Amino acid sequence: MEDQQPDSDDPQAAGKKEGQDMENDSNDIQVEPGPGAAALKCTDLLGIEYLDVEDINLILDTAEQFKEISQRPIKKVPALRGKTVINIFFEPSTRTRTSFEIAAKRLSADAQSISASTSSLVKGETLVDTALNLEAMFPDLIVMRHSYPGAAHLLARICKARVINAGDGAHEHPTQALLDALTIRDHKGKFEGLRVAIVGDIAHSRVARSNIQCLTKLGAEVVVAAPPTFLPLNVESLGVEAHSQLEPAIEGADVVMALRIQLERGGRLSFPSQREYFNLFGLTKERLSLTAKDSIVMHPGPMNRGVEIASDVADGPTSVILDQVTNGLAVRMAVLYLLAGSSKDVETAA
Amino acid sequence: MRVKATIMEAAQMDRTLTRISHEIIERNGGTENLVLIGIRTRGVPLARAIAAKIAEFEGVEIPTGSVDITLYRDDLSQISPNPVVQKTDLPFDLHDQTAVLVDDVLYTGRTVRSALDALTDFGRPLAIQLAVLIDRGHRELPIRADFVGKNVPTSSDEVVEVRLESIDGENLVVLCEMPDGTGQEASEGVKEES
Repeated sequence: MEDQQPDSDDPQAAGKKEGQDMENDSNDIQVEPGPGAAALKCTDLLGIEYLDVEDINLILDTAEQFKEISQRPIKKVPALRGKTVINIFFEPSTRTRTSFEIAAKRLSADAQSISASTSSLVKGETLVDTALNLEAMFPDLIVMRHSYPGAAHLLARICKARVINAGDGAHEHPTQALLDALTIRDHKGKFEGLRVAIVGDIAHSRVARSNIQCLTKLGAEVVVAAPPTFLPLNVESLGVEAHSQLEPAIEGADVVMALRIQLERGGRLSFPSQREYFNLFGLTKERLSLTAKDSIVMHPGPMNRGVEIASDVADGPTSVILDQVTNGLAVRMAVLYLLAGSSKDVETAA
Repeated sequence: MRVKATIMEAAQMDRTLTRISHEIIERNGGTENLVLIGIRTRGVPLARAIAAKIAEFEGVEIPTGSVDITLYRDDLSQISPNPVVQKTDLPFDLHDQTAVLVDDVLYTGRTVRSALDALTDFGRPLAIQLAVLIDRGHRELPIRADFVGKNVPTSSDEVVEVRLESIDGENLVVLCEMPDGTGQEASEGVKEES
């Protein structure tokens, strides 16, 4: 891994990049990165949709190196010294918000978190006004979760700060898909030829949407299983195999990913009872015996134990659920680092 | 880049590393509490080569690690895009050890400054020493090497290129000339040519 970029510290490449960036200070002209440059082809992380395999691998490889920082006696590097990161969460979140906050702090950025209940949004301020006010304080990066799909896109258009989508409604949650990919790569070493089963509320899940795109781009075979009410129409158009029963989907699967039943996003209306859901789609030891040898079980959290996953599976030897959380930190550090190094041009202030 | 002159050939590089290895043992009165840390990229195989020589002379395996200084660069906010982060691997406790940093070329001293900061985040070594294959002058910081393979006077529009078997397929040190007008400002990169 460490020898993939033997020339990464080539000063000529870095020097050249600097010159070029000054000449064409526009983000639609993409300069081919030299061997020493780590460039994402985007200045905001709005969704997996906008990343290609090269971008995804760059984020995963960078995250791999960042893992070690959290093991040090002094868990901090000066890379983003003087940068300001604002986390603005219009939906409840523990894991993602804390993860972004700690990631920013481990890179020495100044991180400020705002949640909807303490923001002026409850006083009726529009998202655009909130964004312009945040922008007036010169943040370098804004991490946002919002219940409306496309909210992060709107923010990215009007803000000079780089925007990271931490979940926009049922649309995308790119850092979750990236941390899931890193966890799968850690345990399986590859994506080609892997069969990944995603089980649960596919229709309302931004995690499913981002994961399906990320894993199919990386070459894995993705299968989804859900009650028909949880399956979007034409889900096959996303390049996945769909089943309305659990067993055919997890049979021979190398990775089984359970999704949370999202009671707040209409999940309650789509199936008769939580017990019935568990009886038909809950991940149990017995059902998981259908999977491939050495298969792993994942869950993006927060878990509803006894609904989408049995407790003994969640805590069992095949579960990598806590690895996902640890990897989330490394992936978010990587994304912050890579985006902080990009230069962004904003065409119009909305 | 045009190659102007050969500074060292493989046999000479080997003899130089042999001498540096002896000097490290001599200066430290043996190998006790000694660790070697290569600065990425080309300091790492050099540190391993020195460790192999010390193992040969003294019969002792010196713990050897690597440090990537990318996240400690003093010009991170000026360069875009950000450079690729490589692995830092220090599989030992630095506390009360004498750490010998190893790099291929000492130039502005900024890489070494970054490496010193990185090591401090891992513990408090008894002492840190610096071994380099080539010292080409033009320091911008008050840093000097404890062990030098060869001092090479250069001008700032020249580049010293160290090629190593494990990375470049050959052991060779050459002096190159940058094409017209692209002479690299000494202060432009933290990392000297490696």
